[in-house]
Amino acid sequence: MSPAVSIRTDGLSKQYRIGRLHRGPDTLRDAISGWTSRIFSTSPRRPPSDNTIWALRDVSLEVREGEVLGVVGRNGAGKSTLLSILSRITEPTEGRAEIRGRVGSLLEIGTGFHPELTGRQNIFLNGAILGMRRAEIAGKFDEIVAFADVEQFLDTPVKRYSSGMYLRLAFAVAAHLETDALLVDEVLAVGDLEFQRKCLGKMADVAHSGRTVLFVSHQLNAVRRLCPRTIWIDAGRVRMDGPTANVLGAYEADASLPREQRELPHGKGAQFLAWELEPSGSEPNVLTNREPVTVKVRVHLGRPVQRGRTGLALRAADQTLVASWAFYDLDLAAGDHVFSYAIDELPLVPGAYQWHVSLLDEDRMLDEWYGVPELVIGTELFAHPNDQYRGVLNVPCTLDVSPGG
Amino acid sequence: MEQHVTTGVSDRRLEATSSRNRSTTVVVPRGAWRSVRLDEVWQQRELLLYLVWRDIRVRYAQAVLGIAWTVIQPLALMLIFTFVFSYLAHVQAPGNIPYAVVSFAGLVPWLYVSQAIGRGSTSVVSNVSLVSKIYFPRLIIPAAGVFAPLADLLVAFGVLLALLAAYGRAPSWHIVALPAFILFAVATALAAVLWLSALNVRYRDVTYLVPVFLQLWMYASPVGYPSTLVPDRWQTLYLLNPLATVIEGFRWSVLGTGVLHAASIAGGAAIVALFLVGGLFFFSRAQRAFADII
Repeated sequence: MSPAVSIRTDGLSKQYRIGRLHRGPDTLRDAISGWTSRIFSTSPRRPPSDNTIWALRDVSLEVREGEVLGVVGRNGAGKSTLLSILSRITEPTEGRAEIRGRVGSLLEIGTGFHPELTGRQNIFLNGAILGMRRAEIAGKFDEIVAFADVEQFLDTPVKRYSSGMYLRLAFAVAAHLETDALLVDEVLAVGDLEFQRKCLGKMADVAHSGRTVLFVSHQLNAVRRLCPRTIWIDAGRVRMDGPTANVLGAYEADASLPREQRELPHGKGAQFLAWELEPSGSEPNVLTNREPVTVKVRVHLGRPVQRGRTGLALRAADQTLVASWAFYDLDLAAGDHVFSYAIDELPLVPGAYQWHVSLLDEDRMLDEWYGVPELVIGTELFAHPNDQYRGVLNVPCTLDVSPGG
Repeated sequence: MEQHVTTGVSDRRLEATSSRNRSTTVVVPRGAWRSVRLDEVWQQRELLLYLVWRDIRVRYAQAVLGIAWTVIQPLALMLIFTFVFSYLAHVQAPGNIPYAVVSFAGLVPWLYVSQAIGRGSTSVVSNVSLVSKIYFPRLIIPAAGVFAPLADLLVAFGVLLALLAAYGRAPSWHIVALPAFILFAVATALAAVLWLSALNVRYRDVTYLVPVFLQLWMYASPVGYPSTLVPDRWQTLYLLNPLATVIEGFRWSVLGTGVLHAASIAGGAAIVALFLVGGLFFFSRAQRAFADII
């Protein structure tokens, strides 16, 4: 007999309004002037706008008890929306989901940690926020402290913790939550290699303990190691669902192989194929140090280019432009090339980013490409560990106070 | 959007640990009334206590003056009110009680209500990371914002007793009724906070309106002056202000004097109950979109 169904979704959909980016007027003043202009305006009221997008569309899934399901897809494909709905943070617009037993979610490390409180106090507070009872937290306390390796600092306010200690403690509390189903979103990308190794080990324990896990990640090797089955979400829909090797193969191929095999589409003079870092961390798209790094992008040219220009830009998960570079006067023969962009340092806050490369001949666009997979920055975090104050740059900073005047 | 029947909706995440009886969480688009989940709040009452405790800890850890501030603020206001009303305007306190004590007894409940509303109304927006990253009954957030300032009320009440002792007086036996008036104050603050905290998520300028609204409400309530000062023809309307009942009730309980009409208690309670139930509905309806807006 196969195990019972743990998570079942049926036509799950989530719609957002865009333009005003799923929010109404920002201030009461605007809202009031909106009402008055509607009252006094003689023109008929505008029909409900079509400026909506389906962040998630018609997702039907069945995950059995004890199954560890990987979830992959580009930034903005709907992975996080799916997890938000399953963990009840936001409501679906349509459809339904059923989850058997207790649900735990780890969508961000350290949610609810308060910098002024000590490690001990934060363990209890955070545990309560995650839905644990006091007795349950007390029972797990020693285990949490041992995992996080913070014994000597238990009674120190966490604002004095190093970012490594802070992340370890926060992960430890969440990972020791006794749940039937656990939803994890890209939390391992933050923190250094040692942290990632330790957390992956813990995740594997959780996975082997018979609990159901949904694991969202850009780190495909981690997905390979943890998840026998994977779904690929693309533009809000489940594009593929099956054994991890097949799905990840197709997901990676979507970026390069099929494009390579196809004839260049009409009017297109070039085709970006794939990219990787050199040197890289655990995977070709993971950066774990602040040494100089080279971004290697493979491109196929359908014709020679005399006055080529190429641009390389980097965008954050919310599409903010983080950096961009441009190079002119390229003289290239037809065929395959590797563009190696040497960058001194990418001092960025840990997380997932996306390359945006373009190639032009004079002013004619030959190809532009949003690189797949995402660039994952997994360096040590120097910023204030509180997530609201993270910013974009991640550079070490020291403070020295001397008497002035 | 209620095309799915939500039968057997339950989320006994806490019970599940002890008995391992697996209930099923059903996630569907819900109507507003179905979003009012007081049962969930009850299940997660430990979290409510933790958030209250957190607010109190952090408040006293951060303020340099810490506990002193909760004493200095009402004392300073007491001096101002006594100077303005008693010394300049020659207002008589009822029952031959020093004016300073009368105004202080009004300030204790007022400062609680104003703090609870001030902090409660920003509670949801100031817990952005919680709201957008984790689920628990959202009602707990404004509720914690309203309960936490009770610690300050306790401190200020101690000062009031000390003040009475300094004037050689003991609290009246009416003090047995005090818990009821404190409950009235909590309900009043919660009724306002449910509306304001939810509105604040959508309209951020609520943050700027609240202090103005509190200022007006203070002068419309017998904080610095006894309500006997209000002309008779305005009395009925005046006493419908729930805060008038709270403050006069507080004075009556502690000092044993002042006006307290059954009609004003009933009227004030009815108004608070109306806003409380309406606020519960409004908040529960609004909270469904919090994570999408915030």
